Amino acid sequence: MSGDTTMSLTTNSPALAAQAVGERARWNPRLAQRHFAGKIFFALTLLSVVFAVAALIFLLSTIWTDGVEKLNLAFLTSFPSRFAAKAGIKSAIYGSVYIAVFTFLFAVPVGVAAAVYLEEFATDTRLRRFVDINIANLAGVPSIVYGMLGLAVFVRVCNFGRSILSGALTMAVLILPIIIVASREALKAVPRSIRLAAYGLGATRWQTIRAHVLPAAMPGVMTGVILSMSRAAGETAPLLMIGALSYVAYLPDGPMDGFTVLPIQVFNWVSRPQDEFHQIAAAGIIVLLAVLLATNAVAIVIRYRFQRDS
Amino acid sequence: MAADVLQTKDLNVSYGTHRAVLDVNLTIPERSITALIGPSGCGKSTLLRTFNRMNDFVPGAKVTGNVLFRGNDIYERATDAVLIRRQIGMVFQKPNPFPSSIRKNITWGPKVNGFQGDLDQLVETSLKRAALWEEVKGKLDESGLALSGGQQQRLCIARTIAMDPDIILMDEPCSALDPASTLKIERLILELKERFTIVIVTHNMQQARRVSDFTAFMYQGELVEYGATADVFEAPKMDLTRDYVSGRFG
Repeated sequence: MSGDTTMSLTTNSPALAAQAVGERARWNPRLAQRHFAGKIFFALTLLSVVFAVAALIFLLSTIWTDGVEKLNLAFLTSFPSRFAAKAGIKSAIYGSVYIAVFTFLFAVPVGVAAAVYLEEFATDTRLRRFVDINIANLAGVPSIVYGMLGLAVFVRVCNFGRSILSGALTMAVLILPIIIVASREALKAVPRSIRLAAYGLGATRWQTIRAHVLPAAMPGVMTGVILSMSRAAGETAPLLMIGALSYVAYLPDGPMDGFTVLPIQVFNWVSRPQDEFHQIAAAGIIVLLAVLLATNAVAIVIRYRFQRDS
Repeated sequence: MAADVLQTKDLNVSYGTHRAVLDVNLTIPERSITALIGPSGCGKSTLLRTFNRMNDFVPGAKVTGNVLFRGNDIYERATDAVLIRRQIGMVFQKPNPFPSSIRKNITWGPKVNGFQGDLDQLVETSLKRAALWEEVKGKLDESGLALSGGQQQRLCIARTIAMDPDIILMDEPCSALDPASTLKIERLILELKERFTIVIVTHNMQQARRVSDFTAFMYQGELVEYGATADVFEAPKMDLTRDYVSGRFG
């Protein structure tokens, strides 16, 4: 040891090992470099967050400044018009709500039921594994492909026409894989001990699933539903494909009527040359975002309730 | 001597290529307490699970031989496993109450099995038999998960008793509990013998000695020795049993 009676334990002090002899001299801790590498990494991760948030804020603030002055009650309650000053999104809001409600009614029961079958009933066969892989793949198929499917099957073969029904069915098929995958994950996370407890009391498989497994999986299922419904509300391409209209000066009476939705209305206005239309497009985007955030908030509250009860 | 309620004949259980239970022949009399003891991995829990077809839920588990419940083979094709589990209840290693109220924990099993009597009465008698009534009678609608570990396990026992089963299987019911809770459950098991046949898997040789009438010692899937508990512990026939019960291994 050196003559110092006090040992320094700071990063840059000669390491204790360096003062050692024999076998203990084989260590070179390079503390300064290791701490530096850590700081670089910290900076990079922080930078990524800043970048993501800044992009979002920039986007939101430009849309807000572009559209806020056009945002008033008349805009929400007027039908579209050739004149930007008189145009509104009444029919688009109704169309979006119709599509969302019918999509929910089709996609959620079928998606959850399919997840229950795959997770709880299906035996581990080659066919099931094939289905497993392909459901995950379907979640990544471009939405325009679903639009083509909707056009071919629902509009033409089923002869539903360019209606809300066709649009909602197309959207339902589009979000089914997301709901199935999320619901399966939620079912998988339900502890085995709960199932065994129920079986041990002489319950059938369905009684066990209905009374214990599904309620326990509900928060996770809801998360999948929320995510997928947000996706459906923002999708444009598949609805364009099946022939949603962009000028709808009436309110749809039922599922067989023609329709437009918010993103299509916005898309239509953005593609026009006049500046006023770009402004009302921005106002439409603000409404769309507000609706999405509001529904997500409501869904999160519902999910939280479920979690607390169980 | 009471009637035999459970009997195994050349019972084998395997998981894939691993053979967990080998040629076990065992007869369990009515209203007795039988302890299954042996070192970890000896197949005692697997054997217990064959008694009410719980191995059906273990992927790859294969059972050959016979398990006779009051003379009927529970592995016969025509046997309904749901009916078997309703008559042969199970208490698990880790307390696993349902995440709902104490009352619902007890009433759910009877409800799904078409119980026609008074549910409130059933809740009370079940909790009394499980020596839990005094502690929870004022809070039947609170969550079963809010109870202590020992209380949760007694709730699970109450839930099983509520089905009025013939046999109660217990898979190391005290291994997750403190000594005071363990003592309560052991006393409870001794009381339950008046009404039910009990088979208990335990790691704890003292526990087997304290509560059981019969002891089965298993080692590497085989039933090494089976007899009255006093004989197995005081005068074992096999050297392996003597080494195990005297604590030389395991």
